Amino acid sequence: MNAEWRWDFAIEILPQMLWATLNTILAAGVGYAIATIVGLLFLLGQRTPIKIVNMINREIVEFIRSTPLLIQLFFVYFVLPQFGITLSAWVCGMITIGLHFGTYLSEVYRGALEGVPKTQWEACRALNFSTMYTYRKIVLPQAFPIAIPGMGNYLVGIFKDTPLLSTIGVAELFHAATAVGGYNYRYLEPYTIVGLIFLTLSIPAAIWIRKIEKNVNVAQGKIKKEQL
Amino acid sequence: MSYFAFLSEHGPTLLLGTVTTVKVLICATILYVIISLIFGLMRLSKNPIIQGVATGYIEFFRGTSLLVQLFWFYYVLPFFGLTLEAFTAGVVAIGMNFGAYGAEIVRGGVLAVPKGQWEGAFALNFTPAKRMRKIIIPQIFPIILPPAANLTVELLKATALVALVTVVDLTFEAKQINSITWLSAQCFGTALLIYYIISRFFLVPFLRWLEVLAARKVGKEKI
Repeated sequence: MNAEWRWDFAIEILPQMLWATLNTILAAGVGYAIATIVGLLFLLGQRTPIKIVNMINREIVEFIRSTPLLIQLFFVYFVLPQFGITLSAWVCGMITIGLHFGTYLSEVYRGALEGVPKTQWEACRALNFSTMYTYRKIVLPQAFPIAIPGMGNYLVGIFKDTPLLSTIGVAELFHAATAVGGYNYRYLEPYTIVGLIFLTLSIPAAIWIRKIEKNVNVAQGKIKKEQL
Repeated sequence: MSYFAFLSEHGPTLLLGTVTTVKVLICATILYVIISLIFGLMRLSKNPIIQGVATGYIEFFRGTSLLVQLFWFYYVLPFFGLTLEAFTAGVVAIGMNFGAYGAEIVRGGVLAVPKGQWEGAFALNFTPAKRMRKIIIPQIFPIILPPAANLTVELLKATALVALVTVVDLTFEAKQINSITWLSAQCFGTALLIYYIISRFFLVPFLRWLEVLAARKVGKEKI
């Protein structure tokens, strides 16, 4: 083993890594789509005016949030077949990521809804709007911009957690790097390339989210444009 | 095999793994707190080099995945002649990764200290070092502890990853037992429960207690 960085090897494996990156992006996108919907379901459980549903919902959310994603992946992947449900690694990974981050997104949604001033609700009540109409026309349009930064952060968060999927055999970027590294017995280039690909994708994303966050704050009048 | 038979046979092994998990948790937490204080303050420096180093560090570690960093520390550093033990590599990778997130919290905390405090210290002719040490730093703790508590719970979850670089922790033991017995529901379910119990009944109450303590220290009673 020598510490030399071999450019020929790095260039040789680069196309393979870039292909695998597409899988990573796909996994992050699908996982995120599921998470946004699961988050809505948890939010619904939280806002139902039935005490027992709230309590059960809270416990489930707490449980999922305080246990590691890695073991949840193993749990779904290994336990479901025991009950006769055999899913591919991809589907298991997507379900688990969706559930795990859905709990986080439900908190983001809750925060956004609570961020809408109470007076807005009172005004709607005074104007005799129905609850449906209040949500659709008054509350949600105001809550959505508040939720954007949090939602963006978790999109990057999911993207950075996709390497965990390689542990159950989903052929994403990290899996490809481990395979290439094992085959050639050189881990320096594959893992470094993985790191660089992650950096080149997530730093622009983070900057973009920060920019949106600022725009949202300006639009809501929290900070003035000149302060930027 | 009933669940109790499973527990009596494999419970001790899982508990041994739990001890390692707690060890990783404690070591990584100490490391991440130190790193976040240092880099959080460096990030606020007026010196462009110091600030640049801190920003580069934070962006790098926040921009890449923890698992990638972990594997890099464990499998790639030996290429450079620096071989870390699995446990050390795990603690260092987690500590440095979470240190980057913590540094941002510290930075936010320092900026959130009311301006009057800075001005007061300035008016009393404190040196910048003394101002930081005596006035600003003691006041950031009630501000940074709630977000830092969330981060620490995240860190507990992240310790599961060290199993992938062959640290024999709770996750590793659960995987091992699973591959011997194929009782997946029992062993992974138990592991999930243990993580939940550590977090819910030990880590979170401890962090809440710290929050109350910090609030009391600066004269802000909490709850």
